[in-house]
Amino acid sequence: MTLASLSPLWPELIVAGAAMLLLMVGVFRPETDNDGEAVGWLAILALIGAGVVIIQQPTASQTLFDNAFVIDGFGRFMKLLVLAGSAVALLLAFDDFRDHKHMKFEYPVLILLATVGMMMMVSASDLISLYLGLELQSLALYVVAAFRRDDVRSSEAGLKYFVLGALSSGMLLYGASLVYGFTGSTSFPVIAGIAKSSVAAGNIGLIFGLVFLMVGIAFKISAVPFHMWTPDVYEGAPTPVTAFFAAAPKIAAMALLCRVTLGAFPGFTAQWQQIIVFLSLASMLLGAFAAIGQTSIKRLMAYSSIANVGFALVGLSAHSAEGTQGVLIFMGVYLVMTLGVFACILSMRRQGGAVDTIDDLAGLSKHNLPMAMTLLVLMFSLAGIPPLAGFFSKWYVFLAAVNANLWLLAVVGVLASVVGAYYYLRIVKIMFFDDAAEPFLPVRAKALAVMAVSVVFVLFFVLPFIGGPIVEAATAAAKTFRY
Amino acid sequence: MIYTAIVFLPLLGALIAGLFGRIIGPRPAELVTTGFMLLAAVLSWVVFVQVGFQHTTAKVQLMRWITSGDLEVSWSLRIDTLTAVMLVVVNTVSSLVHLYSIGYMEEDPHRQRFFAYLSLFTFAMLMLVTADNLLQMFFGWEGVGLASYLLIGFWYKKPSANAAAIKAFVVNRVGDFGFALGIFGLFAVFKTIQLDAVFAAAPGAAGKTFLFLGYDVDIMTTLCLLLFMGAMGKSAQFLLHTWLPDAMEGPTPVSALIHAATMVTAGVFMVARLSPLFELAPQALQVVTFVGAITAFFAATVGLVQNDIKRVIAYSTCSQLGYMFVACGVGAYSAGIFHLFTHAFFKALLFLGAGSVIHAMHHEQDMRRMGGLASKIRITWAMMLIGTLALTGVGIPHFYGFAGFHSKDAIIEAAYAAHTPNNYAFWLLVIAAFMTSFYSWRLMFMTFHGPARWAHVHDDHAHHDHKDDDHGHGAHEPHESPPVMLIPLAILALGAMLAGGVFTNAFIGVGHHGSADPYKAFWGAAIFEGRDNHILHAMHDIPGWVGFVPCIAMLAGLALAYLYYILAPWLPAATAKAFKPLYLFLLNKWYVDELYDFLFVRPSLWIGRALWKGGDGAVIDGAIDGTAGGVINMTNRVVKFQTGYVYTYAFWMLTGVAAIITWVMLNGGGAR
Repeated sequence: MTLASLSPLWPELIVAGAAMLLLMVGVFRPETDNDGEAVGWLAILALIGAGVVIIQQPTASQTLFDNAFVIDGFGRFMKLLVLAGSAVALLLAFDDFRDHKHMKFEYPVLILLATVGMMMMVSASDLISLYLGLELQSLALYVVAAFRRDDVRSSEAGLKYFVLGALSSGMLLYGASLVYGFTGSTSFPVIAGIAKSSVAAGNIGLIFGLVFLMVGIAFKISAVPFHMWTPDVYEGAPTPVTAFFAAAPKIAAMALLCRVTLGAFPGFTAQWQQIIVFLSLASMLLGAFAAIGQTSIKRLMAYSSIANVGFALVGLSAHSAEGTQGVLIFMGVYLVMTLGVFACILSMRRQGGAVDTIDDLAGLSKHNLPMAMTLLVLMFSLAGIPPLAGFFSKWYVFLAAVNANLWLLAVVGVLASVVGAYYYLRIVKIMFFDDAAEPFLPVRAKALAVMAVSVVFVLFFVLPFIGGPIVEAATAAAKTFRY
Repeated sequence: MIYTAIVFLPLLGALIAGLFGRIIGPRPAELVTTGFMLLAAVLSWVVFVQVGFQHTTAKVQLMRWITSGDLEVSWSLRIDTLTAVMLVVVNTVSSLVHLYSIGYMEEDPHRQRFFAYLSLFTFAMLMLVTADNLLQMFFGWEGVGLASYLLIGFWYKKPSANAAAIKAFVVNRVGDFGFALGIFGLFAVFKTIQLDAVFAAAPGAAGKTFLFLGYDVDIMTTLCLLLFMGAMGKSAQFLLHTWLPDAMEGPTPVSALIHAATMVTAGVFMVARLSPLFELAPQALQVVTFVGAITAFFAATVGLVQNDIKRVIAYSTCSQLGYMFVACGVGAYSAGIFHLFTHAFFKALLFLGAGSVIHAMHHEQDMRRMGGLASKIRITWAMMLIGTLALTGVGIPHFYGFAGFHSKDAIIEAAYAAHTPNNYAFWLLVIAAFMTSFYSWRLMFMTFHGPARWAHVHDDHAHHDHKDDDHGHGAHEPHESPPVMLIPLAILALGAMLAGGVFTNAFIGVGHHGSADPYKAFWGAAIFEGRDNHILHAMHDIPGWVGFVPCIAMLAGLALAYLYYILAPWLPAATAKAFKPLYLFLLNKWYVDELYDFLFVRPSLWIGRALWKGGDGAVIDGAIDGTAGGVINMTNRVVKFQTGYVYTYAFWMLTGVAAIITWVMLNGGGAR
């Protein structure tokens, strides 16, 4: 292997190299309260650089390291989402961390490391690279969840996440070893070949392996019933970290699930489809119902993300190019909406500090109409009201389900959206019709920029020059897999 | 350019008065809308001369509107003679009504709104008459319906006005349903709703059948009947006429503009515009004739006994629309449109005159409380007299005739020439002409002549019945209207006197001894006549006595009215007593409203109540409340799992794995 043959790996190398470099920079600079600012900006620059390189990459698929690492249309689409999610989440962290005098250089470095892990997950085509990426990402996430060390809730969140994450990793490894044991290979293409052949048909050991593998990933996307860490971690972690959790890792894990199901086990469609349908139904319903009783908007967003993962799984369960395209579009739109909402949540600041209950939003329209309108648009979009982006993302996944004759999923999905609309619209009602609570401090520039971009995207997704390229790219990316 | 200006000036006026009326105040709003309308009216006459006599038809495409599959609709103005005639009618009457309203609505606090509605109506009506495809026509059709609704209910604090507005809207829906179905049907058959394309394709469909509601029916007949249903609703034909008399709840200028001269004639216009289709559907034309004749007769009988001055004229309008449909039904479209044209002048004149009387009487509308007004309001009396002469069709053959003399008598002759079974159309129209004369003169005599019956009553009556538009004059003497109201009357009177004589040759004139027919040159391609349709010639080859029958009927009506209301004022009461059942039957308008109340209103109310109390209240509300309760319950249970302890979470994860494993073992393992 020559160094030149590593050239497709440039995006990962940039991010990984930046992580190492910035770690050194941070270590050797004098320590202050907010010594991570410059490092943070450089990290964002590295993420953007990696994104630019990905856009420049040729469209043909390439593999590296004995088929362990694959670079293809699907991977590029997902990686761009991951990079965007990481960069924006990092951008949102500056102000909040500075308020707490805790903008340490470790944070951007950890985000970069997590991002490398996620990019690895997205490109994984081997059980080994799958596990490497997953663990690299997870270990970084455990740490950032507990990043505010002096805060009890943050520490609790990190610890819970770690313990449960270890459990899920164990299950995933168990599944991986079963798969290896029954196929004799860790490479996805080989596994796919064996799984398709008649030898493996109905092999219960292989199915066990598949189930455990999927369970491990389901934990990462927080699909029901492996979701229970999500509300606690979302609530306990510092809000910028929550914003990060809700965005990029979800996308990476969803990509990984696609790789395993569509890439390694197309021969076992009947088996994994059942599991995905179950996870999807349970996630949509639980996400919808449990969110209603919440008083913390961060917890509410946790349940919202659970429900949204359920919707995305609807697309995956269709096992068609249409369905995969739906997943890609859905995750893209979800990313934008989530980051927009978190930009709003991060702007819920009063003199005494940040607040996060829904009641704090009461009467927001009376003292900060632009922010209230932003949240209104995002909530309408999350509720799936046309012609906003959230409507179209759901439309694509439901359409795929209907075309695959998965009527139950589509019907339950629509019903769950109706229930979901209740709590999204309740926020709108509270903002516009309740008596005004104490005003918030003015919105800061970085949050404002994120809000503006997300609102414009959500409002005008329907226009061909915004939604069109994304849909086209997703269509092309979905063709990566054979169905 | 000139066409665009004609169509959009009213819209501009409506927008200015409607959106900025509060800012600019009532007077500028009035002046702007009226000024624009007057300009549009002048331009319309220019276009009329250009198109009608210099034969410059045009099509102006404004924009592409809808392109969806086979459906391609653009927004364009179709300017031919038919359009030009309608432009003249609509804009002339509308501008005069605008002018008149400045005086009539003088003390209303919401004048801006009124003028905005009037101009909006005019715009919609212009959209209707300039339509180049059926969708655009439908747009105008619904637009005038909307404006009509808004204007009938203009005094929205009056419950009766609101009820009348709703009634007009609902009854028109019935007709519009048919119209819409007709358009859908046309599109289904011809794959286009562009007028020229439909006309070109229509002969190919003549005599063919298609499946409609499970029956195999003739295409053209069915489509034309559906379209005619729309015409019946808008033009208040028998069975769908009930909204028109009630619409008199609106301000009188509205009655003159919408419910006499323009909107209600849209049905006639539509049939004439679609003459290439109707000519292919003889059965449909028979229906048109029949409905028209029945309406002419029915409305005239009801008009005999009404006491509200506006309602008499309303039923008269209804009756005259029947005449126009008979003309179309027998193939004499040009005669129908001619009557539409002349009728617009004298009926608007009568309405505005009635408005002037009502104005003079401080909003008294009951003719039993009038009488002897001729000497008090001399000019109004003279104008009304001209209107009555025009409506009843007074004239001396080959010398001079008021407007109705030319147009109405032409229709009666056409009805004879068409040889309907037993000549029923002809005789019904003649009897209607007799009754028209009777009720018109009855109106004149009861209002202007005989003893004054108003001095002691109008005072208290006017003030508690018409609070909203009460002028609050101190004086109780009837007073003449201001010039701003009288000038429009004078202009319309001029039209009523001259429109017939001047335009007869152009509209329905035929050439003698094989020379070219003037009417064909005038109409050009705007009106289509089938190859076997020679009705306009046949009209002139009728027995001599037929020409005199309408004249005799008119004179008999006049004589009888004179006897009843001047010579022997006790006779009406005695007659009513002697023929009580008949009198009540007429007074109650053939009990059509009661019949509808029994057939439709009560059952719908009953169904509505049942659905509301039982369906909505018990089932839907119950289900929703139940669901909401269930959701909260579910939420509470779900949230209970979220204990906050890691071991609970781990437990659920492992339970999930176990469940999935069990499921695939039992279900998925060997089942491929």
